[in-house]
Amino acid sequence: MSQDQKASLPLYDHLPPFLADDPAPLTLSERRELLDRYYPDYRSEGKTTLRVGPNKGQIIPEEVASILETRSRLLHPVKVEKPAVPDMDVDLLIIGGGGAGITAALFARETGASVLVATKLRIGDSNTVMAEGGIQVALGDDDSPAQHFKDAFRGGHFTGDPHLLSVLVKEGPEVISWLVRKGVLFDRDVHGGLALRKGGGTTRPRLISAKDYTGLELVRVLKEDLLNSGVPLLEFSPAVELLEGPDGSCAGAVLLDVDSGKLRWVKAKSVLLATGGAGRLHIGGFATSNHFGATGDGLALAYRMGAPLVHMESFQYHPTGVIYPSEMAGMLITEAVRGAGAKLYNKSGKRFVNELETRDVVAAAIIRECSEGRGVKTPAGHYGVYLDLSSIDREMGEGTVARRFPNILKLMSKHEVDCSTQPILVYPTLHYQNGGISSDVQGHSGVAYLSVAGETSGGLHGKNRLMGNSLLEVLVFGHRVGVNASREALARNPFSWSEVGFGHAARFEKALEAEFHGVDRPEGPLLFPDYRRKPSGENV
Amino acid sequence: MFQYEKPENARMIKVGINGKEWMVPEGLTMVQAMWYTGHEVIHGIGCLGGVCGACAAVYRMPGDFHLHNALACQTLVKEEMVFSLIPSFPSQRANYQIEAILDPKEELFKIYPESATCRNCNACTEVCPQGIDVRDAVWRANFGDFKGVAEGTMSCVMCGLCVSRCIAEMAPHEIALYARRAYGSQELKFPDNLKHRLEKIESGEYDDELARLLSLSPETLKAECEVK
Repeated sequence: MSQDQKASLPLYDHLPPFLADDPAPLTLSERRELLDRYYPDYRSEGKTTLRVGPNKGQIIPEEVASILETRSRLLHPVKVEKPAVPDMDVDLLIIGGGGAGITAALFARETGASVLVATKLRIGDSNTVMAEGGIQVALGDDDSPAQHFKDAFRGGHFTGDPHLLSVLVKEGPEVISWLVRKGVLFDRDVHGGLALRKGGGTTRPRLISAKDYTGLELVRVLKEDLLNSGVPLLEFSPAVELLEGPDGSCAGAVLLDVDSGKLRWVKAKSVLLATGGAGRLHIGGFATSNHFGATGDGLALAYRMGAPLVHMESFQYHPTGVIYPSEMAGMLITEAVRGAGAKLYNKSGKRFVNELETRDVVAAAIIRECSEGRGVKTPAGHYGVYLDLSSIDREMGEGTVARRFPNILKLMSKHEVDCSTQPILVYPTLHYQNGGISSDVQGHSGVAYLSVAGETSGGLHGKNRLMGNSLLEVLVFGHRVGVNASREALARNPFSWSEVGFGHAARFEKALEAEFHGVDRPEGPLLFPDYRRKPSGENV
Repeated sequence: MFQYEKPENARMIKVGINGKEWMVPEGLTMVQAMWYTGHEVIHGIGCLGGVCGACAAVYRMPGDFHLHNALACQTLVKEEMVFSLIPSFPSQRANYQIEAILDPKEELFKIYPESATCRNCNACTEVCPQGIDVRDAVWRANFGDFKGVAEGTMSCVMCGLCVSRCIAEMAPHEIALYARRAYGSQELKFPDNLKHRLEKIESGEYDDELARLLSLSPETLKAECEVK
């Protein structure tokens, strides 16, 4: 951003005086009304009714329907023939190389199963690597797995699956100790214990972190171990279709080598989908904090095969995504800054919501301010509110922002904003897929020998997720489902390649044709968002 | 869509991408400039948030002999900048298991013997897009100050740009990863609060309470969890 452009922005030239006065607390009914009127999940615009598949009749965002009700890439543009023999034959195929996929692979290989990991970009490219804030794990003297359970269940508006949650809270400490033994450097307290911080919506300090590089730190370590493990890895190889075996079970997948365009047919006794989230669908036109590959591919693959989805209407819009500088739009400013005392102000410098309300309430309040004319306009024509971190240094001592949030400080300074003294303009950003493929505590989807783990799965968090529970989820369920899916693969009756096909894709296609009457449907899964400018000059 | 929109009144500037000239609006990152000009970027793109290290890039400015480096998702294009992505710089990674290493400081010279051959040119530090004092970290690793390595390199995104410049041909980011892991797994004491919690879980202390919560009717469970 050039200096003359910056000078024209009210953000730095005409800052209002920031008034510290606390906003009035919300009553239960005011909170409900705020959510109903402004939180994207509860608004009717941009929604559609699914017409095909296991969740037929349910109302979900149009963008999600647009990837679910899609045609198979094995049938379009031309039908592909199954080769005489598979290219590879393994016990367990793990699709996805983020936190859940890597964890699953490391534990799966210990069962003696032959494992293959396929991922769309590089191993580790995922939402996990971007996670800043931390991992929830109940370690405090005044804390317990049951307390963790209660906070998560309440935070999910009582819609989370209690059985999944009880596994999460009970197995959390064990998987964290696995990371510590691998040398993951979590912040320590003065006694050498893991330092615990408080996150939004929790009653106890329970967040462990590695400064604001928590996801990066654990991916660096786990990725190195996976690369050294001998598990075969196929990078730049997204799955374009699952394969069907005896009795409608899953029996492998077809991978696309994105460089050569060649398809690779993998026969597998068990398939674990760990494909991550869907922020790159830009639901409702929101910017996203998600990585480039977050296009919900696993949802499309599993749905076509008949796996039901749960809470698929529910997404988390993180309240504080950067909206200016606009080239950073969508990038997350962790909730931990509000925990540390950062404040939100509207155009006139007034606070308008308690910054420590749950994420959905804070997001709804920001959307309300901006849609009622109390937002700050950016040069690109968007609106946002001020997030001011300077109070953190004032209240907790000079240098606190630099010490606790070095990543945010570094990233903002690359764009000429010193966020320890200057406010950041923020607006909610599409952050997390709350729902997903329905599963039980072993990760079973509705399709035999097809398991799921991580963000692509649904049910655990219900309709709202608390900070720090998703990193714990990828670790706990990556471990658990990786082991379980391997064991089931090893115990599975053998079947031949001649019993394997993609009849499910043809059946889904038929259902699409019957419902959409010749209206062209896109191909799925999406694989990559396309931000290229069209030759006409129009944005894609 | 948000990813490369043109700010109002943005000036058009000349840039070179992979050796070809283009006009793009000011205010875009390198990756956004590639999208704007129709490039499909698959290798060289990851988190788009400056932490995954996929988008290492080199660039030059007119009239300046310096070769600059950057993360392409975080760096704005400038008038007459010429740049290319180098998304995957080959580097050597030792095959080890941290849990099995007995003397981590000695082991460093077995798995990364080249780490002792640093010639102090400081090119690694100058190239680092994260502003890490890489040369210092390499020397600290050599002297066994793994804590110092950990403190100095926490922001490493493993982009490998340091490898591209090292005249001793080492991979400083891999050496630092080893030193951090050795520090965390062997020098730091296993955290007490985690140890105690694991013992209690092992002894079944929480089983009854969790089983009780699971046995409640949805209404009762809700009522109990509602209380903060």
